[in-house]
Amino acid sequence: MGLGYLTTIGTFVGIYIILTLSLNIISGYAGQISLGHAAFFGIGAYTSALLTLKAGFSFWLALPAAMIIAGFIGAGVGIISLRIKGDFLAVTTIGINFVIVTVFEYSDFFGGAYGIMGIQYPMLFGLKISKFYYLMLVFFFVVVTAFFCFLISKSWIGLALETIREDEDAAEASGLNCAKFKIIAFAMGCAFAGLGGVLYAHFMRFITPNDFTFPVSITIVAMMVVGGMGTIRGPILGALLMAALPELLRPLANYRLLFYGGLIVFMTRFQPQGLFGENAFIIKKLFGQNLRAAFSKRNRAGGEEI
Amino acid sequence: MTPILRIEDLSKSFGGVKALKTVSLDVGHNEILGLIGPNGAGKTTLFNCVCGVFPPESGRVLLKNKDITRQPTHRIAHLGIGRTFQIVKPFKNLSLERNILASLCKDRTKGLSPIMFGTGLKKHRQEVLRLLNLVGLEEYIDQTPMTLPLGHQKRMEISRALALHPKLLMLDEPFAGLSQEDITPLLQVIKNLRSEGLSILLIEHNIPYVMELCDRLVVLNFGEVLCEGTCEDVQSDSRVIEAYLGS
Repeated sequence: MGLGYLTTIGTFVGIYIILTLSLNIISGYAGQISLGHAAFFGIGAYTSALLTLKAGFSFWLALPAAMIIAGFIGAGVGIISLRIKGDFLAVTTIGINFVIVTVFEYSDFFGGAYGIMGIQYPMLFGLKISKFYYLMLVFFFVVVTAFFCFLISKSWIGLALETIREDEDAAEASGLNCAKFKIIAFAMGCAFAGLGGVLYAHFMRFITPNDFTFPVSITIVAMMVVGGMGTIRGPILGALLMAALPELLRPLANYRLLFYGGLIVFMTRFQPQGLFGENAFIIKKLFGQNLRAAFSKRNRAGGEEI
Repeated sequence: MTPILRIEDLSKSFGGVKALKTVSLDVGHNEILGLIGPNGAGKTTLFNCVCGVFPPESGRVLLKNKDITRQPTHRIAHLGIGRTFQIVKPFKNLSLERNILASLCKDRTKGLSPIMFGTGLKKHRQEVLRLLNLVGLEEYIDQTPMTLPLGHQKRMEISRALALHPKLLMLDEPFAGLSQEDITPLLQVIKNLRSEGLSILLIEHNIPYVMELCDRLVVLNFGEVLCEGTCEDVQSDSRVIEAYLGS
């Protein structure tokens, strides 16, 4: 295993962390199940590829543009989600995934089944950046995404999203416009999935519709569920664990979907909060109690009572 | 003086079932109005029509002379109606602090303003403590509702509704399913709220507590107002006895 290989895995892991964190905004915070997240991953990748190749955009301009477009299409899905809940929403988002992949596959504009080739590596100060610096770039965006999620979790909108997850009727009765927040959650989550797509497209430099199919969505869901929904450490650690494992254990690769599917079932049955979520078994064993209690006790002891 | 809440000829049906037939009632200032009636009389439907959960087919709802009919639920909450639910609906996995803070969100998440990304939630702890203090739950501020008994959860819902600074509080069966030791503090809470000048509309089956609390009663039966008046009048009304016990 050379350094180059590790750099490649590291880049993939970083992209998966961004995808998992972005899905976590929709499913973990706002409680809206989405099984079609790979579609927005794809929208980001295709938008950026087309903008750089056909419209002459630079990577740095295509990146925010792709995020905005993925966000807007995500908001459209958010509007659909207003009428349907739970299982029906899950099925609808699967459908959206298939529809979008089919659009990529059957329209010449998107390069059809052959996809798009010759996507450029990003340039910085007129120089092509190396693989290692690309990894650093991905890492930078992982930090940005994680910080954004942290900001959400601490802010008013994060509270609003959590109340919608817990009980929509009570949220409405508390004066919160559930429709608006669901749309915002989808827009934010899908925009960051688009970011993942941009990073993927310019790293692979060759994308096909196959890269954004339903199994990829399931992979992202599995990473989130294994790590722990509704937290920030959960999706990060889940994506780290699951994106790195199959790469390192190559023989498993062919059975990846079987493994992921089984894992989702297993986790939701025995550890619905995920391996690293609130009150998770591992966290309790490590810290003797859940993290929040550990921290608040420390705060109490150190600081004065508010 | 105009009443806080005026309901005019409100009608609602579900398929062929006429849940409400031209119901009219007023809730006065600083008044506790009890809404009673047998099961299926339309009491909760009336609540839901007032709060915008279902749109009524006809009729009007006026809050302090302002027409709020068919407004979305969250708008009505902003305009000044706080409510609780027959079956409690706390935000189960959030601490009481965040449960109450949810009602304070409304001023900070208007439109698409970036204020919604503000993180000053902790600054409102004092206000949350005050609101929890009104219902006697301030010591549980960091616990989740799941760890509290039903009576506490019901009081938490009242506190959450009060955080909206409502003009009218609507309580849907606040005493249902509670033991005596939960009922006593809840009675006290409701009395305190009245003495602070709040108007309350209350659905309740537990007649002794209704008698103790309410200034006036409205009796619903099969979606119609059967009779209306002081507790004594209603208690001795032959139609009410018939509705509950049969003739």
